[in-house]
Amino acid sequence: MARWFETHLPKIVLAPSFIAVLIFVYGFIGWTAWVSLTRSKLLPKYEIVGFIQYDRLFASPRWDTAMTNLYIFGGMFIVISMVLGLILAILLDQQIRVEGAIRTIYLYPMALSMIVTGTAWKWILNPGLGVQAMVQGWGFENFKFDWLVNPDMAIYTIVLAAIWQSSGFVMALFLAGLRSVDTEIIRAAQIDGIPTWRVYTAIIIPSMAPIFLSAFIVLAHLAIKSFDLVIALTGGGPGYATDLPATYMYAMAFSRGDVGQAASSAMIMMLVIFIIVVPYLYSELRAKND
Amino acid sequence: MTDVPYSPARQSSAGKVALRWGLYLILGIFAVYYLMPLFVMITTSLKSLEEIRTGDLVSLPREVTFDAWAKAWSGACTGIQCEGVRPYFWNSVLIAVPGVLISTLLGAVNGYVVAQWRFKGANVIFALMLFGCFIPFQVVLLPMARMLGLLGMAGTIPGLIFVHVIYGIGFTTLFFRNYYVTIPVELVKAAKVDGASFLRIFWSIFLPLSIPIIVVSVIWQFTQIWNDFLFGVSFSSAGTQPVTVALNNIVNSTTGVKEYNVDMAAAIIAALPTLLVYVVAGKYFIRGLTAGSVKG
Amino acid sequence: MAPILDIQNLYKSYGSTEILKDINVSIEPGDFLVLVGPSGCGKSTLLNCIAGLEPISGGTLMIGGQDMNDVSPKDRDIAMVFQSYALYPTMSVAKNITFGMKVRGVDQATQDKKLAEVAQQLQIEPLLKRRPGQLSGGQRQRVAMGRALVRDPKLFLFDEPLSNLDAKLRVEMRTEIKALHQNLGASMVYVTHDQIEAMTLATKIVVMKGGVIQQIGTPAEIYNQPANLFVADFMGSPAMNLIPAKTRTDAAGTQLEIDRPGGAPIVLTDTRARDLPADVILGLRPEDIAEPGYRSGETVQQADCKVEIVEPAGADTYVVTTLGGKLVTARLHSDTQAAPGVNHTFAFDLGKVSYFVPETGERIA
Repeated sequence: MARWFETHLPKIVLAPSFIAVLIFVYGFIGWTAWVSLTRSKLLPKYEIVGFIQYDRLFASPRWDTAMTNLYIFGGMFIVISMVLGLILAILLDQQIRVEGAIRTIYLYPMALSMIVTGTAWKWILNPGLGVQAMVQGWGFENFKFDWLVNPDMAIYTIVLAAIWQSSGFVMALFLAGLRSVDTEIIRAAQIDGIPTWRVYTAIIIPSMAPIFLSAFIVLAHLAIKSFDLVIALTGGGPGYATDLPATYMYAMAFSRGDVGQAASSAMIMMLVIFIIVVPYLYSELRAKND
Repeated sequence: MTDVPYSPARQSSAGKVALRWGLYLILGIFAVYYLMPLFVMITTSLKSLEEIRTGDLVSLPREVTFDAWAKAWSGACTGIQCEGVRPYFWNSVLIAVPGVLISTLLGAVNGYVVAQWRFKGANVIFALMLFGCFIPFQVVLLPMARMLGLLGMAGTIPGLIFVHVIYGIGFTTLFFRNYYVTIPVELVKAAKVDGASFLRIFWSIFLPLSIPIIVVSVIWQFTQIWNDFLFGVSFSSAGTQPVTVALNNIVNSTTGVKEYNVDMAAAIIAALPTLLVYVVAGKYFIRGLTAGSVKG
Repeated sequence: MAPILDIQNLYKSYGSTEILKDINVSIEPGDFLVLVGPSGCGKSTLLNCIAGLEPISGGTLMIGGQDMNDVSPKDRDIAMVFQSYALYPTMSVAKNITFGMKVRGVDQATQDKKLAEVAQQLQIEPLLKRRPGQLSGGQRQRVAMGRALVRDPKLFLFDEPLSNLDAKLRVEMRTEIKALHQNLGASMVYVTHDQIEAMTLATKIVVMKGGVIQQIGTPAEIYNQPANLFVADFMGSPAMNLIPAKTRTDAAGTQLEIDRPGGAPIVLTDTRARDLPADVILGLRPEDIAEPGYRSGETVQQADCKVEIVEPAGADTYVVTTLGGKLVTARLHSDTQAAPGVNHTFAFDLGKVSYFVPETGERIA
């Protein structure tokens, strides 16, 4: 008995966490999937009726806006953060004397809550007293910068704040990647007389493909889960002009009392992340299991 | 590469100097971009409301006043309550401290098992736990709300701790697992031959080795839990909201005059603990971030 | 006296792959058993089975006359030294050595006494307060040995303990381990892939391949009478020359006909009449191919071969030629006149020859 206990102790120790994950991750995903196939409204019902919630979802103009916003926001956020991050990383890679301090400055927004970020940018961007008022105060009376309250432009304020928050992190990732390239290859290239910019474009950047993938996964993941930033910066408004799937889901679940819609929208979010993350995780685990 | 002893022409070295100045200029401009919001937050929080209305967004306060800070701390209204962020700040502490400790401890033990006591299926279990890190939490929001109700923990601080621990162990397990796989399995074998048990080996050999990764895990979990808004807003009730939720309520409360200086002071207060962690232990903070994204 | 370690019909498999097949080996007290073979041959797995770190799938494993099947490593009265040394990184050298005693609840006075003994024996007293990270490879090796010695076990297990050391240190430590064995008279099981280590240390060698024991014997037996082509090729450096030959028996003895490039086959005569199949593989160590002036006697036969490569190695010079379609190495004295491209006369000492069946690789007795 004691020996049995001894040999199985590792499993026994791991079991609670594993069971918790089974229930609270996989069980709950199953529950949500189930409920998304029912007529649940204010309270969940468990009788499966098919895909009516998804039909409702895809017919909803508000969901349509949320998905369009996700494409705009996600696309711009990912592309700009990566380009900016890469440029900053390369610039910082040139034996900069105060590199440590600059890195600290570029990266600190990542330590902030999205709510704090949203609050700060909401103040900066508010047309009455923020940037617009400031520039007008400098004498440019016709200067207009009212994105925050302009339904067509408000989504870009989210992009702006999100890039501010995350691009430093992308820079840190890329900088680590640049530094991990075999210095002998770089030296060999220098001896061959290859100009620095060619060393970057032909040797260093191509060898960082895995880091690009990681950065993409992390940013895509952040984009899809984005919730707090929207709530703090625009509250989803004006109207629901800046709704994202995450805010849509929350509104359905907790203020509109439409459990079925909340469940089906959550499942779509899940699906999107699944498509992005699973191949990545699979290849990562594959690569390491040998 | 700063020294260019064989540089053939003086012109090119003058060009290099210009290039370097340009480089520093660009880096400087970006530093201003990243610092500007923090600067505006601080200066705004030190101005009177009168000065904010008449003055410039980026100007320094003519008269420094801490009234907004006092009000943000103990007098600002979050809806109908007007107690400032203070009670909610302590709620966040009460949620974060046990949440961080429990999830780190579980992650350490799990990582130890997965990395050093491999058994059949351990990798599958790890992969399943890892995937749990990546799900959008929206997908568990509804059932978790019901589950907390069933457990009698709806709207309570223990309920929030529970949620943070559950969805934190994936990451903490990942941290410790990736740290422990680099330790040769022979260490466990040697200790077994020496007569040490599973827990003794963990306690006497692995835990003392783990200080750096414990720091990473604690910082990561603290930042995650402190900055959380989704769970806070979904699973708390009037008296148990964390500081992020309170901040949002203060900023977006529609009653009364908009007091931007109070908003900014409250935002800084909410940001202070994680900023402090970042400044003090930035190295470990970055390691956590990158470990969470680049596994290897 | 009962064998200290007795393994019978031991099997070990992971799932459906068999790692060890029908292992039978036993050693007497005071024996130094070396398990040797290429990587992946199962030698380390066998050691782990002896230690109890891996469960066995079938057969019996006895230590000191007791069945070890359900006995955990800590109760087997063994000590083990690992390739990576496996020193506890956060503990001082002294704590590393006494950790086992501490776990077992040995009183402090005994711990101190034993620590002092072992430290003196291994001359590591000045290192006791240091951490493993502050030690050199050789020092770590000593501490790992100290951790084993302090236990005073029935059986010492070594898992490639020298393979992380540089060449010079490896030879020194090898000598020390040998001296230790002689002084302690302890029983040891030692795993290595290095056949020289096996030859120099062992009182008994087990050669393994693919989870199967190829041969068990003393170093001399293994070297002089390899049981099959694998053992012949694996043990000894440079390896034994394995030359295909055709045989014909007549009154003078057995004629061995060996192909030679650009000339008639050479014919050697083994005067000890033997009943050999028509085709054999002839095994001859490099030192058994000499020059006429240095080797004579009834069993020695001479033949001319064209030299291809000459490799001076200090005391000896290795001379390579082609026979039977194989490169054949002769170990000659350093004053040899052999030169590449020139015919040279070699003296083949058939007194030490081994014969193998080409199809099965088995030795012909």
